[in-house]
Amino acid sequence: MATSATLIESEKPDTITVAYEHPWTVRVAHWLNAVAVFVLITSGLRIFRAFPSFGPKIPQQNFWVPPPGITLGGWLGGALQWHFTFMWIFAGSGLMYVIYQVVTGHWRQVLFLPRDIPGVWPMARHYFLFGKKPAIEAAYNPLQKLAYTSTIFFGAMSFLTGLVLYKPAQFWWLTWMLGGFHLARIWHFAAMCGFVAFIPGHLIMVLLHGWNNFYSMITGWKRDPEYLE
Amino acid sequence: MADEQPTSAEDRREPADDPKASATESANQEAPKSRESDGEIPRAEEPQPEQPAAFASARSGPAGEEVRDVTSRERGRINRRELLKLVPLIAIGAFAIPKLQEPLLMDGVGLSDWASGKLFGRHREAQTFSNNDVVPFDRFPYNYYDVVDPEVDLGRWTLTVEGLVKRPGEYKLQQVQVFPKVVQNTRHVCVEGWDVVGNFGGTRASDFLRSVGADLTARYLEVECADEYYESIDMATVLHPQTLFCYEMYGQPLDRGHGAPLRLQMPTKLGYKQAKYLNTIRVTNVLKGGKRGYWEDQGYSWYGGL
Repeated sequence: MATSATLIESEKPDTITVAYEHPWTVRVAHWLNAVAVFVLITSGLRIFRAFPSFGPKIPQQNFWVPPPGITLGGWLGGALQWHFTFMWIFAGSGLMYVIYQVVTGHWRQVLFLPRDIPGVWPMARHYFLFGKKPAIEAAYNPLQKLAYTSTIFFGAMSFLTGLVLYKPAQFWWLTWMLGGFHLARIWHFAAMCGFVAFIPGHLIMVLLHGWNNFYSMITGWKRDPEYLE
Repeated sequence: MADEQPTSAEDRREPADDPKASATESANQEAPKSRESDGEIPRAEEPQPEQPAAFASARSGPAGEEVRDVTSRERGRINRRELLKLVPLIAIGAFAIPKLQEPLLMDGVGLSDWASGKLFGRHREAQTFSNNDVVPFDRFPYNYYDVVDPEVDLGRWTLTVEGLVKRPGEYKLQQVQVFPKVVQNTRHVCVEGWDVVGNFGGTRASDFLRSVGADLTARYLEVECADEYYESIDMATVLHPQTLFCYEMYGQPLDRGHGAPLRLQMPTKLGYKQAKYLNTIRVTNVLKGGKRGYWEDQGYSWYGGL
């Protein structure tokens, strides 16, 4: 084993090792979803501005008024246009990703399961408290699995609560299941907060892992993958 | 070296699938090529017999990723090809082009409205509530776009009925009220995000429209209001059993702030569709002047359904 590997390296000194990490479906779903999440959060905050409360209209007690600078759409009507357009792209790309994972069986690599729980803290300690890096044992480490599985959860939650807010009368059973119109609005906001919590961590990790890693989410191929060093 | 061998073989979740095989194949094909071009004599079959197994375990990532050794030219080619395959994504960038942005968003809202219409259940009723769930009258907001009271002369008011109807003309309030009164506790949902459960009473729109001989296969009911507000509603919603020409709230005649003497009340639509101070109703297949509704013409969704 070792010999043949050595042989190959010495025979081809000018080659680059590349690994196909992200298939087309995942990359397309990822970028469509990334844009959609950005648009939905910013336009959603503009929509929230129209009634920034979770209580009654009279008397109105504002929860938080999002500053216009972080919103999209300019006014309620404009924001709703963005929201009602990109909800399709969001749901479509999310569904595309989930179907891909289920059909290929790759969900096993990335779905966070109870057995991953013990591995979360060592990984978090490594990243945030500069602890020792735990041995990489699989495609995704437990913290990654937790993060990526959370986004699917937040996505599903946004989608279902969004359906209730959009069509409470047509989806009356879903409205009932989610505890009613008011609660759905709170959960819809909470799911948005989930994405907002995920995104900075995700972006920091992307920065820490450099261009090579980022580029693999574009072309699919990663140069000199760390697990083959 | 042996210790450094990736633990991939054991941890790979999908052992022995295609990527591994093709990795071996392509590596085997490409390796000799590069040697030939270097003018070297292909260095024999010696390592090859035992290569596949050993090679394969080293040549795939922990998740079974396909791994290749490529020259930088080959890598460039692969990357360009993969980049090209993402070209469809550029389409989404069209939203950033000012000229295309509005038409695209209109298409998006149009798609949503179309789907909403398809989804609408003609007999599916919006939730109704018990009297305990109804907010007190003084906590039911007066929401208006211009004036809270357009000063309708209630004594002389008539409803003008036009369009695809057998008996057009001016109808007195009493003539709208001769039908069985429907009283319902339903949710009034504002596009802004707030909602209130109120008590509403009135005539089913379908009862009145049948009595004036309206063409119920027409596409729209258009309404014009004393405060110069205007709306158009899809006929399926107009004929919904909970759609009312509403003349009462909380058992009292509509007050001036809530649209006296007659307004639309549709628990399957958002608040901005529920026009107040009705003056004229028109059954039609073509919207007058292409006007869809006061807010809709400024960018709100036309369907506005719940």
